[in-house]
Amino acid sequence: MSAIIQAEARLSGSATKGFAVVNRRRVIILVALIFVYVVVPLIGNDYWLSSLIIPTIVMGLAGIGLNLLMGYAGLISLGSAAFMSIGAFSSYNLLLRVPFLPLPVVLALAGLIAAVAGVLFGLPSLRIKGFYLSAPTLGAQFFFDWLFTNYHWFSNNSISLTISAPRLVFLGHDLSSTTGRYLLVAVTTGLLLWFARAIVNSRIGRDWMAIRDMETAAAVAGIAIGQRKLLAYAVSSFICGIAGALWVFGYLQTGDANTFNLDKSFQVLFIVLIGGAASLYGNFLGAAFIVLTPIVLEILVPTFDLTNYIDEGALANIQPIIFGAIIIFLLIREPDGLASLVARIGRRLSVWPLRK
Amino acid sequence: MVFFLNVLIAGLLAGLMYALVAIGFVLIYKASGVFNFAQGSMVLFSALTFVTLNEQGVPFWLAFLITSAILVVGAVIIEWLVLRPLVNRSPDTLFMATLGLSFVINGLAQLILGTDVHELDLGIEDVPLNLFGLQLSQFDLFTSAVAIVLVVGLALLFGKTRVGISLRAVADDTLAAQSIGIRLPRIWRIVWSVSGVVALIAGLLWGDRQGVQFSLSLVVLKAMPVLIIGGFSSIPGAILAGLLVGATENLGDIYIGPLVHGSVSTWLAYILATGFLLVRPNGLFGEPAIQRV
Repeated sequence: MSAIIQAEARLSGSATKGFAVVNRRRVIILVALIFVYVVVPLIGNDYWLSSLIIPTIVMGLAGIGLNLLMGYAGLISLGSAAFMSIGAFSSYNLLLRVPFLPLPVVLALAGLIAAVAGVLFGLPSLRIKGFYLSAPTLGAQFFFDWLFTNYHWFSNNSISLTISAPRLVFLGHDLSSTTGRYLLVAVTTGLLLWFARAIVNSRIGRDWMAIRDMETAAAVAGIAIGQRKLLAYAVSSFICGIAGALWVFGYLQTGDANTFNLDKSFQVLFIVLIGGAASLYGNFLGAAFIVLTPIVLEILVPTFDLTNYIDEGALANIQPIIFGAIIIFLLIREPDGLASLVARIGRRLSVWPLRK
Repeated sequence: MVFFLNVLIAGLLAGLMYALVAIGFVLIYKASGVFNFAQGSMVLFSALTFVTLNEQGVPFWLAFLITSAILVVGAVIIEWLVLRPLVNRSPDTLFMATLGLSFVINGLAQLILGTDVHELDLGIEDVPLNLFGLQLSQFDLFTSAVAIVLVVGLALLFGKTRVGISLRAVADDTLAAQSIGIRLPRIWRIVWSVSGVVALIAGLLWGDRQGVQFSLSLVVLKAMPVLIIGGFSSIPGAILAGLLVGATENLGDIYIGPLVHGSVSTWLAYILATGFLLVRPNGLFGEPAIQRV
């Protein structure tokens, strides 16, 4: 992105203007970093952090994982939650069975294990594409759900088959408090966002987009299709795996195979569709939408005195209707999701009120 | 050996139930190249509507007709609100739209008609028949008969009627079909209506089996491997693949299940389908797609 801005600046014939734009971006990023890592932990109360902000960030991270695969490489997956569960169960077992490993190493290893599984279930993509890919990914979804339910070793033979964080310690600091968990989630997500951005802007990202836009042409242009596709599965599952670990340890603090059922996969998919395919920060918009909608609905019903008409059960049925309708609407009117909507509003506002 | 055959036949007959659902998908895929994820929720919606009418005292055939009429209206609305605005978009986009649609239909069905489990009795006694020493379920035999009637009926519809022929023209080359005056919206409305009625029939048979409830909409997940193995555009393929998947699942559950702590039928069909895709990317009878730059 900054390369484009620099190029634009060069075209306008003013090098100093270019530097100004780049500097302004740096300032924006710096302000955002201070806000996320200093201001939010200081002013955020327990409820906001643990029920709204942490799940939004973690689901946004999972969205990034799927978006790399779907939005950039054009490979459909209906099994993101499977790779999240692999990450969660791997990190749990690593923390439990190899206690001397520090937390960041555990998370990275869990991501790598998920990546291996991702490559394995990505192999069919060498032969098939489009919605045919929903078969192996759904296969992964059901297989790992079954594996973690039926083989109790993965949950350390606990009777309830649940896993919970044994310890969240980093450099001697206990991260079990709400703020600690927030920082763990925010820092990990920040690093992975930076990683995803770097990969998308690199040759790999451009290869992915070429494959997405027209595979045959990409192959003719000399892109190693198979290798790039498997890499997309690996990176995507790596990020999803870490997101899964954070979902259990950072948000729920306990979880089982059912935490990562098909609904979770659909949620991640919806985040990508609502936030915008091939957009990284859009995933957080989509995640905020998914996390906030149920809460907003629960607040709206008593506010408008609709409790007599809409009970809990009805509310549970209104949610899928809203999600489904929003997705159809966005696919028709705004195929690039909320991210492009926000960008357009931003552009309009920047010239307001001189032009509409 | 008799036990093996019994397991096999029970699986084959259960597979026909999958095939019944899969036929609905094939119809829509043939006419519009859309993998309609909402087919499962159409099964739920139609069965719920039927049961609710039936419980209000509406006789069987009248309830069937009213539900079919509602499904036709639904098809017109879906074509108008979802499909027409998305015309000429990629198949993946349409797939996602039907995914959204399935959430809307599931939510609406349960919001309006409730989330209770309804009993549905079609009046077919599920007594095992003894045939040459093999146990056959009468209900399963009835299902097979329905499947055969459905396949023959649809084959006649596609092969002999004007609508069917224009439908095949659309499937073959949408642009050419439009240029000779076939109206695409009309074809889509017809196809979605017909697959709605197929969903109703599947919903009634499945509903008799397991009660009419939310889990009916999950038959879409059972039909998916069947479709992939059979090829998305072939009705005989759907039947054959249904048989294959049903038999594999049943045999797998009986013979592999005990070795690995329990039922494997949730994922075995997907692994089978994935293996199939690796060997035959277009399924048993699917048409290969030609890639052009």
